[in-house]
Amino acid sequence: MDQAQTIVRYEDTAIRRFAVMTVVWGIVGMLVGVWIAAELLWPQLNMDIPYLTYSRLRPLHTNAVIFAFGGSALFATSYWCVQRTCRTGLFLPKLANFTFWGWTLVIVLAAVTLPLGITQGKEYAELEWPIDILIAIVWVAYAVVFFGTIAKRTVSHIYVANWFFGAFILAVALLHIVNSAAIPVSLWKSYSAYSGATDAMVQWWYGHNAVGFFLTAGFLGMMYYYVPKQAGRPIYSYRLSVVHFWALIAVYMWAGPHHLHYTALPDWVQSLGMVFSLILLAPSWGGMINGIMTLSGAWHKLREDPILKFLIVSLSFYGMSTFEGPMMSIKTVNALSHYTDWGIGHVHSGALGWVAMISIGSIYALIPRAFGRPQMYSIKAINLHFWLSTIGTVLYITAMWSAGLMQGLMWRATEADGTLTYSFIESLKATYPFYAVRLVGGLVFFSGMLVMAWNVWRTLATPAPQPVIPTAEARA
Amino acid sequence: MSVFWSCFIIVITAGMIVGCLWLLFANARGTPGESTGHVWDDDLREWNNPLPRWWLNLFILTVVFAVGYLVFYPGLGNFGGRLGWTSTKQMQARLDEITAKRKAVYASLAGKDIPALAKDAAAQSLGRAVFLNNCAGCHGADARGAVGFPNLTDNDWLYGGEPEQIVETVTHGRHGVMPAIGAALPPEAQQALLDFVPYWSDAKLDPARREAGMKQFALTCAPCHGADGKGNIALGAPNLTDDIWLFKGGREGVQQTIMKGRESIMPAHESILSPDEIRMVASYVYSLSHGGDAHVAVQDSKP
Repeated sequence: MDQAQTIVRYEDTAIRRFAVMTVVWGIVGMLVGVWIAAELLWPQLNMDIPYLTYSRLRPLHTNAVIFAFGGSALFATSYWCVQRTCRTGLFLPKLANFTFWGWTLVIVLAAVTLPLGITQGKEYAELEWPIDILIAIVWVAYAVVFFGTIAKRTVSHIYVANWFFGAFILAVALLHIVNSAAIPVSLWKSYSAYSGATDAMVQWWYGHNAVGFFLTAGFLGMMYYYVPKQAGRPIYSYRLSVVHFWALIAVYMWAGPHHLHYTALPDWVQSLGMVFSLILLAPSWGGMINGIMTLSGAWHKLREDPILKFLIVSLSFYGMSTFEGPMMSIKTVNALSHYTDWGIGHVHSGALGWVAMISIGSIYALIPRAFGRPQMYSIKAINLHFWLSTIGTVLYITAMWSAGLMQGLMWRATEADGTLTYSFIESLKATYPFYAVRLVGGLVFFSGMLVMAWNVWRTLATPAPQPVIPTAEARA
Repeated sequence: MSVFWSCFIIVITAGMIVGCLWLLFANARGTPGESTGHVWDDDLREWNNPLPRWWLNLFILTVVFAVGYLVFYPGLGNFGGRLGWTSTKQMQARLDEITAKRKAVYASLAGKDIPALAKDAAAQSLGRAVFLNNCAGCHGADARGAVGFPNLTDNDWLYGGEPEQIVETVTHGRHGVMPAIGAALPPEAQQALLDFVPYWSDAKLDPARREAGMKQFALTCAPCHGADGKGNIALGAPNLTDDIWLFKGGREGVQQTIMKGRESIMPAHESILSPDEIRMVASYVYSLSHGGDAHVAVQDSKP
């Protein structure tokens, strides 16, 4: 029984780095987002410099917020969660540090090549083949560290958060490698291995599963650790976890074709994409229910704890956008919503409301623990950040919903003789006020990130009461 | 699609649907308020609550809808669905409907010439729609043009504003070229032109400058723009005496035109628009510089 007394040593170096970089990349990615939102209002803001045109900065924005900001948050929280819930240190901690430097290099290369116009032209998979190979290497290293840690766990059951992190890591590896398959013609130019409608289908199989696994499964992993931890309550239902996990990961794989309704994609593929997108509603809501119901009996904590507010409100936005998504996948609804700013509104209710807010809440919970501080420097500042995030998100998404609905209706409006009532340019002119509201929403959300940066900096500037050696007593 | 792939798709689709239902029923039961007994990281625990009933029903409802949809619509491999619906058929039906409507309108307008169409509300509705969706990109939604793209509302025509000429412009397009003729001239000749051409319409221009400019103009520019500078619609050479500038006016603009030349293309629309559509858009353009009353009438008659 001596072994029961052994001390488990946790490896948190990579976690601390990723946690701080989450804040840094959040600010960078959202600043670019605010800038291009302003360019839509004032096109001359690109100053006639090709590197600053909307077309080149837009993929930089999406890559920075999804892969740099969201990715760093996922690395930090998954490394934290897998060690604590397996009660063992990271497998190959040096490899974990390599994933930090490798991922950082990927982000820096993206920040250089995208403004230069180097792109594969695939949405959310723009980076050219040498960077793709680097991503694959880093990702395999991530998988080795994560699953290696699971393998050497000292707890018999694998905690639900790790199912989601594990599914996220495996699926993203598969998606990235299949969709990025390309034939290089030079160092910075390649052609997709697929052609025509097949290429489009592979791209949106990737694209929608990037949403399903990177932006959903990964962040559900985060949710399953930080919500019960912060609320101090047990997960609402183990059964619900099982059902919605398996249903979610199985059904998401089918949903991609809803991005290609009424295109050259065969009708039968479009139909399957639509019906499985609808079936996806309940599995998605399973996560929301499990998270929110975990709080039952502890609702009063929402009043005092702004971190819990972030986590619970993010779940509400998750529930909203996972209701909206299946509705938009219905062909007749899609005929109205597709290609309009409704899509942008939908994406941001997920990206700002769910992904960013659950990450922000989790990072606020993680930083004091990872750096051995009693708590964040200012709880009031977290509360302020919460309100800035919520108001910013609501402004943004209501503006884009209204704009999208209006565009969809204007584009389809016809005179009695069948001619189009409006030209495209008229719908663009009508969108301007909504672009302005969107910019304000984005600025408000962005200002919250600056509050966070200040708070993190003040927290780290306060000396730690004791040296940080994260440990736990091992269990027999 | 081959029989094998068709069967493959049917089997995996059915497998997914049956699998979802099995997953639901295999896990539906649980004991409210009972813990699973697992503990992680000191304080992470789980209840063993049953699946919420309303959520279970929602899940089943979506599965039932999916099965029903796949019975009626294409989805299961080669099985096209009971309704026989395809997106191509749906598109064709909509197109036929609109084409029939338009044919009726065109038939009612068949006997009218362009000036008459320009006063007809139905023709103007069609013409305006064709204009906004094909012409506004260059000429502007208000048809007032931009640098290099002529204003169509001012009754100043490069290639003529008679109905047949407008129809010809839309149908076959136009290609206007101003050669970089100044580059070959001695500096004094360039100066003489630049001291005069930009200010042609200015009555207060120094008569000596006008005379020197006219002399040089007669040599270099008159072949296309005419001895009186009023242009030539056969070539699309603009009238230079009216202070309307296709490209930039003023000394700098004219200097650029003379030294570097200009080229502008109006694309041919005969393969894009039907002859009826061309007639309608020509009548709309014609109306813009002929009182625009028809245009106003269209706006008012809109529901």
